[in-house]
Amino acid sequence: MSTSKAMQQSFALRFSSGLFLAFWCLLAAFPIFWIAIMSFKSPVDAFAASPWDVITGPATRANGDGLSVLDIAVGLVVLYFAIRWAFTRLPGLLQQYCPPGMIVLGWVFGAILYAIAFVLVFFSLMPLILGALNSIAGPLGTPVLGLTTQHYVAVWAENEFYRNFLNSMLVTAGVVTVSLTVGTLAGYGLARSGSDLAFWLLILALVFRALPHSVLVAGYLPVFINSSEILRPIFGEGAPTLYGQPWAVIAVLVAINQPFTIWMLRSFFQNIPAELDEAARVDGCSHFQAFRRVIMPVMWPGVITTGLFSFLLGYNDFLVTSLLLDAQNQTMVPAIAGYFNRETTTTDQVEAVAAAVSITAPLFLLVMVFQRQIVSGLTAGAVKG
Amino acid sequence: MKFKTFAAFVGPSVFMMLLFIAAPLVSVFVQSFQVTQPILEQVEVETCTPGFLTQTCTTETKTIPVLDENGKTLTETRWVGLQSYQNVLQMDKFWEAVGNGSWNDIMQIDFWKALRFTLSFTLLTLPLVIGVGLAIALAVNNATRAIRGPIIFVSLLPFIITPVIGSLSIYWLFVGDGILTAMMERWTGTNISMFAQAWTIELLMYFYRVWHVAPFAFVIFYAGLQTVNMDTLESAVIDGASRWERLRHVIIPHLMPLIIFIALIHLMDCYRVFEEIVGFRSQAHVISLQWLTYDFMTPDDAGNRAISRASASAMLTMIGIVFLLILPLRRTWRDHKGSSH
Repeated sequence: MSTSKAMQQSFALRFSSGLFLAFWCLLAAFPIFWIAIMSFKSPVDAFAASPWDVITGPATRANGDGLSVLDIAVGLVVLYFAIRWAFTRLPGLLQQYCPPGMIVLGWVFGAILYAIAFVLVFFSLMPLILGALNSIAGPLGTPVLGLTTQHYVAVWAENEFYRNFLNSMLVTAGVVTVSLTVGTLAGYGLARSGSDLAFWLLILALVFRALPHSVLVAGYLPVFINSSEILRPIFGEGAPTLYGQPWAVIAVLVAINQPFTIWMLRSFFQNIPAELDEAARVDGCSHFQAFRRVIMPVMWPGVITTGLFSFLLGYNDFLVTSLLLDAQNQTMVPAIAGYFNRETTTTDQVEAVAAAVSITAPLFLLVMVFQRQIVSGLTAGAVKG
Repeated sequence: MKFKTFAAFVGPSVFMMLLFIAAPLVSVFVQSFQVTQPILEQVEVETCTPGFLTQTCTTETKTIPVLDENGKTLTETRWVGLQSYQNVLQMDKFWEAVGNGSWNDIMQIDFWKALRFTLSFTLLTLPLVIGVGLAIALAVNNATRAIRGPIIFVSLLPFIITPVIGSLSIYWLFVGDGILTAMMERWTGTNISMFAQAWTIELLMYFYRVWHVAPFAFVIFYAGLQTVNMDTLESAVIDGASRWERLRHVIIPHLMPLIIFIALIHLMDCYRVFEEIVGFRSQAHVISLQWLTYDFMTPDDAGNRAISRASASAMLTMIGIVFLLILPLRRTWRDHKGSSH
């Protein structure tokens, strides 16, 4: 885009707008990066009054946990190559070894495998090698930057945070799968039907979207707690108590998410030309066959985008999961609230910080990989709605 | 599309929404007029202690819950009319406080306190979110193409972060002598504690919400800015419009539908403000309507959940939603009628 001379901006304006942007970026990223730094320090450093102490971590270093110049250099190099390899070689390998048609599953599997390999190399192999190197490297091998992973070990191993992680994954995966399956069908139906009924359904969905979730949970709670008695006439003795069941929470979250999902998918389906399925219908397909053979192959960008937002809803939810799940199958976000209650020592506080960072890390990766889809999803609803 | 096929496509989704959204609404409505309590009965108990010559016996009446054959407490559900609403609203105290003309007394009642915060939170953050979002969008639109991607990436972080974690991350910067509190103390030379009084907590909550939602507004405005008609802009320049006038008369009218969209979404989401209360641990000072319902539903020390009061406060929250949606719904209805004729 060439700007004409009349549209050119004065230096002062460009400078101040750049300054504003820099300030915003600092503001946006600072709290998140700061808690990431805090989580690696001993409690004294993490809550030190001077920012410099938090970054360098003198107390952590005094405990014997620290990185030398050599560690930092080698670590950065390994990190650089690991990321590069993930973006250049990994896709090729996946294409090669993955059976055709299973590419999504292949990616999930590949990503998990890669993450495990990375953690193994970075956190168990490298410390061993570097420990040996540091002892012979002299001044380069003495620690300069305090850094400890003990809080992560405490959170994940001792406090069994991995249980919460697995529960989170179960709930989130359930929410994404079910709400996409149900929502895709509904979104397609709504997009292709111009009837008044479709309009009223959309308006109803809009009203449902505005409801505070606590209103709904107030309706579920008594029913879920007593559900085995209520359902006994129907299911007999084996009637389940819905309270504390992950699948019941999945159903609830799917329903809460439906209004948003069908609005978004509808706007995506409206972008797919109706001639496409009309052509299929002329060739003798029923509506369902047309959907399966013609629409399904082209709908994935919209479905992935909507899936991202469903993922966020399931993953970020606090209210529903904290009220409807009991302590045994608690997900990650409400589990963090458990830290507040016993957050008496500063060590507990830093462990809570480490848990918070653990929850944020997958989201960070999500933005990195799916930035374009998220942006397109945000704008798709707005520009047309 | 025939009605039958349409129903088959939409059926599962509508079924889920009816079962898990509409049905709970009805049940909340009914619950708000009922109270479920354990059935109590009065029993005369004679307790005897061994004494000299004769036992000393005392009879006293005790109130104990009735148990069924499995040893579970029997409960009964009674219709109590508007009593739960009265328990939440506490109108007698409210009118007394109004009679005294004392704002502080009204703010002692949980419901009115929550309502005040929820409304001021919703209305104060709205212009800030739209303003900041628009400012970022304009600035990014000015920036060199190469740095736009990374800026959008960084901007998305506050939007995508779990709300509880996001508010916690700001909480940790200010709690006790956190680095930012320490910095402010060094500047002002006074002792500051951000979480000891209501207004500083509220300020941080406003800041958090704007930080969290401005990226959403930014991304939408940024997409809108790409479609601004360049010819109109250039003719405005030729007509001698200053930069500010161009923004005011060309760009903002172009973005108006988006501004309304963001305002609507923001009003809906802000009215449900909840995670901030958990993250900032502000329940002693600042509470919101949704948090009030949540609090009634969490088991107290004796393990009881105040379901009927929760339902009453939930229904009262709903009234606000109705007011919130009347205008946009009327607008949509008029558009729909206009488009079908």
